[in-house]
Amino acid sequence: MYQFNYVKAKSLKEAGRLLASHGEAKLVAGGMTLIPTLKMRLARPSHLVDITQLAELQGIKLKAGRLEVGAATRHHQVAASAVVRKAIPALAQLASVIGDPQVRNRGTLGGSVANNDPAADYPAAVLGLGATIVTTQREIAADDFFQGMFATALKDGEIIVRVVFPVAKRAAYAKFAHPASGYAMTAVFVAQTGDGVRVAVTGAGPGVFRWKKAEAALAKSPKAAALDGVALDSSGFNSDIHADAAYRANLVRVMAKRAVAKLGRK
Amino acid sequence: MAKVTLTVNGVKHTRKVEDRALLVNVLREDLGLTGTHIGCDTSQCGCCTVTLDGRAVKSCSVLAVQANGSKVTTIEGLAKNGKLHPVQRAFAECHGLQCGFCTPGMIMATVGMLKDNPNPTEDEIIHGLEGNLCRCTGYINIIKAVKKSAKLMRGRAR
Repeated sequence: MYQFNYVKAKSLKEAGRLLASHGEAKLVAGGMTLIPTLKMRLARPSHLVDITQLAELQGIKLKAGRLEVGAATRHHQVAASAVVRKAIPALAQLASVIGDPQVRNRGTLGGSVANNDPAADYPAAVLGLGATIVTTQREIAADDFFQGMFATALKDGEIIVRVVFPVAKRAAYAKFAHPASGYAMTAVFVAQTGDGVRVAVTGAGPGVFRWKKAEAALAKSPKAAALDGVALDSSGFNSDIHADAAYRANLVRVMAKRAVAKLGRK
Repeated sequence: MAKVTLTVNGVKHTRKVEDRALLVNVLREDLGLTGTHIGCDTSQCGCCTVTLDGRAVKSCSVLAVQANGSKVTTIEGLAKNGKLHPVQRAFAECHGLQCGFCTPGMIMATVGMLKDNPNPTEDEIIHGLEGNLCRCTGYINIIKAVKKSAKLMRGRAR
């Protein structure tokens, strides 16, 4: 690991100031992606600004049919939260299958969403539920937030404060985890919301995306069989030693059907 | 450099460490607690698992400065007055180890797991140890040891 200066921010304002005055500064929360990256010398920040402990980033609240989760909330807290389990059980279930227990004890919602790893779990729920990302500067709709591999709408110095999830009528998450890393080879989040059905896919392409043809098919018939024969463009899908694009395309359909079948059981 | 205060196995230590020092390095090199192992250096194997404020973490993926002010328990902190902790006893009695290198991490992960779920099913045990690898592949007896640990812990007067 290269040298850096660690600063524990006392406020979001101070964190913003540090980011603005040091061009090579980076935020750290749980550090479950960043610290392994630093150990491999794949990043060389001048400063690490720790925001995990800031009061503004904590807490899980249900307010007017919307579930607000602070950016520094750790995965195990979401998985175990009685409020989340009651409001959006699929979100708690998703949090309970991220990485491994040690990762869930450290990793945070905001960190996962800001990093936007193409195989991360949370982006599927954020996009699938049509959540809003509240930052220090504005509110960003999930549909505008995720912009492909490790890319988001966040500007330099902008910090995620919380994510606001509309409570869905029904939602489910089906994941085919890589057996060693725990990352999604492909996973699908399906939500039945007030505005219709949303289907978000992670792990298959260069970033999380909505499978809109599947949404249209499910709007007509909310059954797993409705997804048979629905077109899926796999031209940009990932091909690697674990699975080629065609295999992932098949997994998308299988995981989507499993998620829809789980919906029906609730 | 940063000044870091940790309460490790009930004893308060203050050390000056590099900002980039990992918790595992401070435990092993500054405090001499070499029971916490480094197996992979890539955050996968779980040999370096300790509890940080009661929750299992991989100490190779936490900066020592991030743990400032926290309570850390390592494998050395489990036995009390020469008496093994129930999880240690169960691992010994069920032979939940082969070479023993992953064992401190397995035991600390088990301690963390049983705190959340005192009576895990076999599936929950397997899921709960996903962050720990045994290169000897001695998982069958490790799972038996976790089941026995749970039984011993439940029977223990608290």
